[in-house]
Amino acid sequence: MNVIPSGRRPKHLTIGRIGMYCFILVCAIFFLMPLYVMVITSLKDMDEIRAANILNLPKELSFYSWPKAWSTACTGFVCEGLKPGFFNSIKITVPSVIVSVGLSAINGYALAFWRFRGAYFFFGLCMFGAFIPYQVMVYPLLKIEDALGIYSTLPGIILVHTIFGMPILTLIFRNFYASLPIDLFKAARIDGGNFIKIFLYVIIPMSAPITIVAVILQVTGIWNDFLLGLVFAGRDNQPMTVQLNNIVQVDYGVAEYNVDMSATILTSLVPLFVYFISGRWFVRGIAAGAIKG
Amino acid sequence: MKNSVEVKNISFSYGKTEILNDLSLDIKEGEFMVLLGPSGCGKTTLLNCIAGLLDLSDGQIWIEDDNVTWKEPKDRHIGMVFQSYALYPSMTVEKNLSFGLRMVGTAKKIIDDKIEKASNLLQINELLKRKPSQLSGGQRQRVAIGRALVRDAKVFLFDEPLSNLDAKLRAELRYEIKKLHRDLSNTMIYVTHDQIEAMTLADRISVMKDGLIQQLDTPKQIYNKPANLFVAGFIGSPSMNFLNAKFDKSNQNIIVGNKQIDISKYENINNLIDDQKVVFGIRPENINIEKNENSILSNVELVEPMGADTLVWTSIEGTPISIRLEGSSNYNLNDEINISFDINKSSIFDNKSEERI
Repeated sequence: MNVIPSGRRPKHLTIGRIGMYCFILVCAIFFLMPLYVMVITSLKDMDEIRAANILNLPKELSFYSWPKAWSTACTGFVCEGLKPGFFNSIKITVPSVIVSVGLSAINGYALAFWRFRGAYFFFGLCMFGAFIPYQVMVYPLLKIEDALGIYSTLPGIILVHTIFGMPILTLIFRNFYASLPIDLFKAARIDGGNFIKIFLYVIIPMSAPITIVAVILQVTGIWNDFLLGLVFAGRDNQPMTVQLNNIVQVDYGVAEYNVDMSATILTSLVPLFVYFISGRWFVRGIAAGAIKG
Repeated sequence: MKNSVEVKNISFSYGKTEILNDLSLDIKEGEFMVLLGPSGCGKTTLLNCIAGLLDLSDGQIWIEDDNVTWKEPKDRHIGMVFQSYALYPSMTVEKNLSFGLRMVGTAKKIIDDKIEKASNLLQINELLKRKPSQLSGGQRQRVAIGRALVRDAKVFLFDEPLSNLDAKLRAELRYEIKKLHRDLSNTMIYVTHDQIEAMTLADRISVMKDGLIQQLDTPKQIYNKPANLFVAGFIGSPSMNFLNAKFDKSNQNIIVGNKQIDISKYENINNLIDDQKVVFGIRPENINIEKNENSILSNVELVEPMGADTLVWTSIEGTPISIRLEGSSNYNLNDEINISFDINKSSIFDNKSEERI
């Protein structure tokens, strides 16, 4: 059979392609399975959970675990659910993100455009800082904050998140600004801009893409943080992750798996929401070499 | 006439690489000065030094009788136009034009007047509300020129402003820049590697290579009396033909292989010494196809019709030679031709120093 090739090339479904789709499907199921188990478990009552059919859909929908996880579950000695933790997390995340992103943008701008003496040294220092595991610095930082009198306070935990966020954020801002045409900066200098004016009127309006990436990284990073929140936040400002741990790790009584599941889903809703509305930008952030757990 | 810009013995280096060394250049008021040279010759660096975007390692820059060596770019009364346009992408054309004025807190009414004047001059009134991304390359460059205009700059600096445009637009804007200079008569310093732009626009051209000024003169002088081999080869398209030769004083000849060319009509023949090794340079349009006692017999090897002209290629002793003839002339491959040289329009360079004799 002779077909004269003309126009668009026809697509063929090859074995390889079918194999690839199967692989993708299996991967998707593998990663979605835990979420499925969490959601259905949170909708069962304890009797059904004890029946141990973990993959079965609930016979009868019961929603009581959700409000319980939110407002009445016991975290240690208090029984107010996750609600206080949620607001603590917001109080920690919002200022930390604003301060760290703002300062890093200025740092990156200075490093990229105002080639001051030693700029390369500071750039190298940032690179180094971005790759030191922060567990190493927890104890010294604790002693410093204690001496400053801000240990176990809200400003204390905000300061810690700002410090740990800045090296990597400075890097991604600096790399983004270095990719902008230098002529723009020169033109702005001739037009009479100084350090601050050029930043405010010329650079910031062009920074939207990288700022979104930086905010996503910081929001998810700070919201998901457990260690720093546990160590630095103090009893009154415990973030949601720490309270979640307290709900799940019960030492006495019955483990209420449905409440645990609801609480876990509630805690991960914010990062999940951020991923969903910003998937495209998040991938960009990863492509920019800024992966942070 | 008084000098508008004076560059006094400046040096500039990037780390250990020296780009400019002890370079001096005076630019007269209202003059159109073109800095011409191949990439990496230091012309853009020199322009950036004049603008104050780079710090000198030595020397002084004076603009309008004012030592601006340590002054910020904004205090130098300059306007600059970049190859990449460098328009602020988030601002409309109007905001782009007014940015510099707004930075120094100029009154709204004065800003509006100046924008109107500049946009009339450059025919960009229609575009004022648009963003740079909605403009074509030619329109963008007009706006960039307008940005320099509204600032009432005393000196305009152009950094290869037409290099990103296609050939047709380039010719169009070249014409407009020349007209602008005629109407404003500001001092303009223009960096380019395009010799046609340099020839057409400049009052004087400064040909640069390796951070040194090779020749500083009017376009005519540079074209007709290039100071050295580099300038001769860089200026002119198609470029000058060169023949390695030896001077024979007794016969007033130069000898190329086993051919002889009579150069008794050369203006500086008395400066040549017997047996001196020279490079004989002649432009394609100064070679004629005619038979006389000095003509050399040769064959047509290639014909390039260019419309207005026809370029005929032949060779003398193995060196390719191009001859520029009228567009109507008709030669075919392998035709025998007699070529003769306009000696008083030729240039003879010393083989070693490469300087014109």
